[in-house]
Amino acid sequence: MDPAQALADLTEISSQIEAAVLAEESGAVIASTFTDAGRGERAARAAAELLRAAGAAGRSGLVQLEAATQLGSVFVVRDGARLVAAATGASPTAGLVFYDLKTTLRLATEEPAPEAAKPRARRRKKDGEEGSGEAS
Amino acid sequence: MRRRKLVAALAVGVASFVASKLLRRRTAQRRDRVDLYFEDGSMVSFAEGSDEGDRLLPFAFGLLADLRG
Repeated sequence: MDPAQALADLTEISSQIEAAVLAEESGAVIASTFTDAGRGERAARAAAELLRAAGAAGRSGLVQLEAATQLGSVFVVRDGARLVAAATGASPTAGLVFYDLKTTLRLATEEPAPEAAKPRARRRKKDGEEGSGEAS
Repeated sequence: MRRRKLVAALAVGVASFVASKLLRRRTAQRRDRVDLYFEDGSMVSFAEGSDEGDRLLPFAFGLLADLRG
């Protein structure tokens, strides 16, 4: 899915998320919910810095974080070389926000299928075929 | 009559005590903090006032400001 579309879907689905940015781990912005590109770049850099600072806390394998303040919360989720960061109001439902961010990151990073295969309609069994699969 | 007043005063006292405890607990929960989640499923929380909390929270405030504009 297009990263910008994934973020648009995120803010539409989650009423808790006020703004979000999708970026490379280096801090390069991929997409954001802002119309101002500079704002997205600043937020992407700040998210990468926070992730780096948290990663330097002594343990490896950091995959996500929440910083909860009285002014609001920020969430950062990492998947490989990409990250997504979002801001919410105070006291959000953290589990839901993490779930939505992980879904967004997965959708934004997955390659679009060349052509979606239509699901084949299941053939209805005729009355005479009932039980034909049973062992004789 | 006097006994009823005593019971009412006692009830008010107990209610005030419980309310103050709940308020204090709620206020304590509102301290700024950073929760880190690791791939093995573990989580570490750093509250303001701790070394790591005080180091990470400025980054979080910066990100919050950038995201909110």
